[in-house]
Amino acid sequence: MVENVSAATMDDHAAAASRKRLPLSWLGVVPFFAFALLFLIWPTLDLMIGAFQTPTGEFTLQNIANLNQDSIISAYKISIQVSVASAVLGAVFGFFLAHAAVMGNLPGWMRPTLTTFSGVASNFAGVPLAFAFIATLGRTGLVTTLLYSFFGINLYSTGFNILSFWGLTITYLYFQIPLMVLILMPALDGLKKEWREAAAILGATKVQFWTHVAFPVLWPSLLGATMLLFANAFGAIATAYALTGSSLNIVPILLYAQIRGDVLHDPNLGYALALGMIVITALSNITYIWLRARSDRWLR
Amino acid sequence: MAFLDISSVRKVYGQNVVVQDFNLAVERGEFVSFLGPSGCGKTTTLRMVAGFEQPTAGTIRIGGKDVTYLPPNQRNIGMVFQAYALFPNMTVADNIGFGLKVAKKPAAEIGPRVKEMLELIKLPHLADRYPYQLSGGQQQRVALARAIANKPQVLLLDEPLSALDAKIRVSLREEIRTLQKALGITTIFVTHDQEEALSMSDRIVVMSEGRMEQVGDPFDIYNYPKTRFVAGFVGTLNTLKARVLDPGAGKLSIDGQEAVTSRPLNGSPADSIRTVALRPEAVALGERVNGGNGLSGTIEEVGFLGSVVRIKVRLGENAISLDTFNSSSVTPPKRGDTVSIAFTRDDLLVLEDNDAH
Amino acid sequence: MKSERFGPWLAMVLGTLYFVVPLIATFEFSLRKRRGVYSFDAYASVFSDSRFIESFGYSTFIALLTIVVGVLLVVPTAYVIRLRMPRMRPIVEFITLLPLVIPAIVIVFGYLRLYNSSSFLPLTGTARSTDLLLVFAYVVLAMPYMYRAVDTGLRAIDVKTLTEAAESLGASWWTILFKVILPNVRVAVLSGAFLTFAIVIGEFTIASLLNRPAFGPYLQLVGANSAYEPSALAVIAFVVTWACMGLIQLFGSGIRGSSAAPR
Ligand SMILES: Nc1ncnc2c1ncn2[C@@H]1O[C@H](COP(=O)(O)OP(=O)(O)OP(=O)(O)O)[C@@H](O)[C@H]1O
Ligand SMILES: [Mg+2]
Repeated sequence: MVENVSAATMDDHAAAASRKRLPLSWLGVVPFFAFALLFLIWPTLDLMIGAFQTPTGEFTLQNIANLNQDSIISAYKISIQVSVASAVLGAVFGFFLAHAAVMGNLPGWMRPTLTTFSGVASNFAGVPLAFAFIATLGRTGLVTTLLYSFFGINLYSTGFNILSFWGLTITYLYFQIPLMVLILMPALDGLKKEWREAAAILGATKVQFWTHVAFPVLWPSLLGATMLLFANAFGAIATAYALTGSSLNIVPILLYAQIRGDVLHDPNLGYALALGMIVITALSNITYIWLRARSDRWLR
Repeated sequence: MAFLDISSVRKVYGQNVVVQDFNLAVERGEFVSFLGPSGCGKTTTLRMVAGFEQPTAGTIRIGGKDVTYLPPNQRNIGMVFQAYALFPNMTVADNIGFGLKVAKKPAAEIGPRVKEMLELIKLPHLADRYPYQLSGGQQQRVALARAIANKPQVLLLDEPLSALDAKIRVSLREEIRTLQKALGITTIFVTHDQEEALSMSDRIVVMSEGRMEQVGDPFDIYNYPKTRFVAGFVGTLNTLKARVLDPGAGKLSIDGQEAVTSRPLNGSPADSIRTVALRPEAVALGERVNGGNGLSGTIEEVGFLGSVVRIKVRLGENAISLDTFNSSSVTPPKRGDTVSIAFTRDDLLVLEDNDAH
Repeated sequence: MKSERFGPWLAMVLGTLYFVVPLIATFEFSLRKRRGVYSFDAYASVFSDSRFIESFGYSTFIALLTIVVGVLLVVPTAYVIRLRMPRMRPIVEFITLLPLVIPAIVIVFGYLRLYNSSSFLPLTGTARSTDLLLVFAYVVLAMPYMYRAVDTGLRAIDVKTLTEAAESLGASWWTILFKVILPNVRVAVLSGAFLTFAIVIGEFTIASLLNRPAFGPYLQLVGANSAYEPSALAVIAFVVTWACMGLIQLFGSGIRGSSAAPR
């Protein structure tokens, strides 16, 4: 707040003192806006418009209607399922890890170690991650073989498959959990020790402290982080593609195949697919903003 | 037996003895202050009473019940923290009602009680505000209301006023004291501000380095400090080195001049050195009045403190500061003047010489 | 007291298992190439593959370009926003967060539609211009991280005082930015740079769809065609990521140290 006020007065002051500096300020941001427009906003908008056009450029709703095919519907369904599962599980496990590191009274070296490792793991996505999980839970992976030789459990006869929904979810968790940890640790730091003590001395149990104070305070960050995780998983393709080739039917892989021209030679259907992805990630964010605005009354 | 009884409590962190030999019996309805410099263990002691820390040794009883190892949420204690610690996600009313709510009191009981508390702290119009919309003083009053809403057996306040500015501090401390008296609630108040402690308390515990230096009512603590530490910490006392001439008659020599104290010298042999003390306001410029003491020295410093003029008189090895009222009809002495000073036998205090720490 | 610590320990132990076992498994797998004994054959085969060197070199080059373009774009913007246009801040922050919401595959699909060889700006027309487009795409991907790192760095130093001091000495806008501000946020820029590197080096989707010979598509290709080399590559990729993050930590502790000192 204070920062904003001083910056604002400074802004006025600068404007009054030297008008000539104003164009220079614009010069500093114009490249940024131009770049964002050319390489982020316009291409996206253009796709969204394309979803409502025929190849010759006339308006149509046919592309959207064409999404109503079993393979596409099921791709959206699986994509949403994997993203929700990996976001929610990532949020839950990430919360427990971050909570343990911040408030668990653990030895001092553990927290920085977790932070560093989370930085690495949250960026260890894509193709190599798929390789790692094939080596772990694939048919000849280490865990699969060890489970069989030590406990006689044949993982693959239980119906598990690394190329399946759960396989993909477990793999995604490898970058989802650390991302959650990184986002939540500062939020947990923001929970003041005095709140916990004030609650305790007022007779609240631990559970009551969490339900009445800690979760309501953390709720916006938790929710925001979960939405971010959702978008993160929903748009991810490299891991799934390297893991399953095009055998797992999720939207980004479908779109990828579509762009490569492997499947349907109808680019406008591709635009509709992309529009669907944008709508879903945008919806998740709007939900977040809406929920947050409701819980935000007490925030500055 | 006292209502709150702290006996032989000791707290050690690693190698560090933070509180030791702490014995205190607080009566029901009493207002006791812990006064001492930073790091002397006030907060630690208070937190042991609250249950946030456990004593390394000793016991704490409330109303006859041993609570030494009872968790905080089962002690029925109210506490006000230095940094307010209001729950940011709750309105003022919800904050005040929190203790009742977690105790599963019916809403029909919580509502009126919260209202009553809001009246008590004179903020009924702020019931629906969030903490960030309140000033520091208002927040602290809400914290106070929250602490007493559930009728705790004991109220603990850890430097509740130190984050506020001077004016609000004075008015709020009067409010706290009035409230405490009206409710008859047993209270421990931690502060490092001697004025706060002196003006509010029934009794004061002066602490230093984890030890109790002296326990007494404000009058005693101020006028009759037992140790040099207390004398120095509470007020601005002159401490002087004196040689005992006649222990029985209370005769001493201060830089070769004779003075008599009516305080016992506790069997100090003749010729031994004792520390004696004089309050600046107990010393006057001028000749001795009968039965009193008189010394002479030279003025070393004259300082105006507004309504008061503080004069430092050098006797020899010792110096005495004294306060006189500033008045336009009296011209204060100048540096280098030779003056006489006078004080009564009662005002010449003899301190315990445990200056080891 | 003791029992309270059981939960945190359990969380840590389970977490460690989940995160460490795949690494061990990958490493173990990468050693299995020679039948019956552990060997580094898979690594030897990876390193002797000229496409490995070429694609890794290509991606490194692209990553460096991305960093340069990203810094040139983000630093002046963050600086001007912080100093002169605080009212624009929400808009700029919104834009920098968009790439977290819009999937990369959508963005690159947009490029293919907008910048195809018959468009007004045929960036996909030649290999060199496609390289440029790839760099721009990566700048977009890295923008949320780069902007946040730089903005945090600017907050840590007192931009206003530094600028006014420099102005009072008659320094030009250009001088202020490059001789005064940039050196002071060097550390923040470096952490943004390493993060960018970690993101870009193995990126698959965009490079593959733009048909560039980058490391990500190469990895995918190897994965589809051989058994043990992928594990070796995963280990190598993990080490590279780890090195980037390690460098961030190293410089990051530098930030904390230097900003804590004056206080
Ligand atoms: N958890 C702890 N571990 C180790 N030492 C501690 C701990 N808590 C307090 N101490 C030490 O105990 C001593 C007393 O601390 P305490 O907080 O009781 O002081 P205080 O009298 O309240 O001081 P202040 O007026 O500054 O609040 C200090 O030296 C402090 O460093
Ligand atoms: Mg304290």
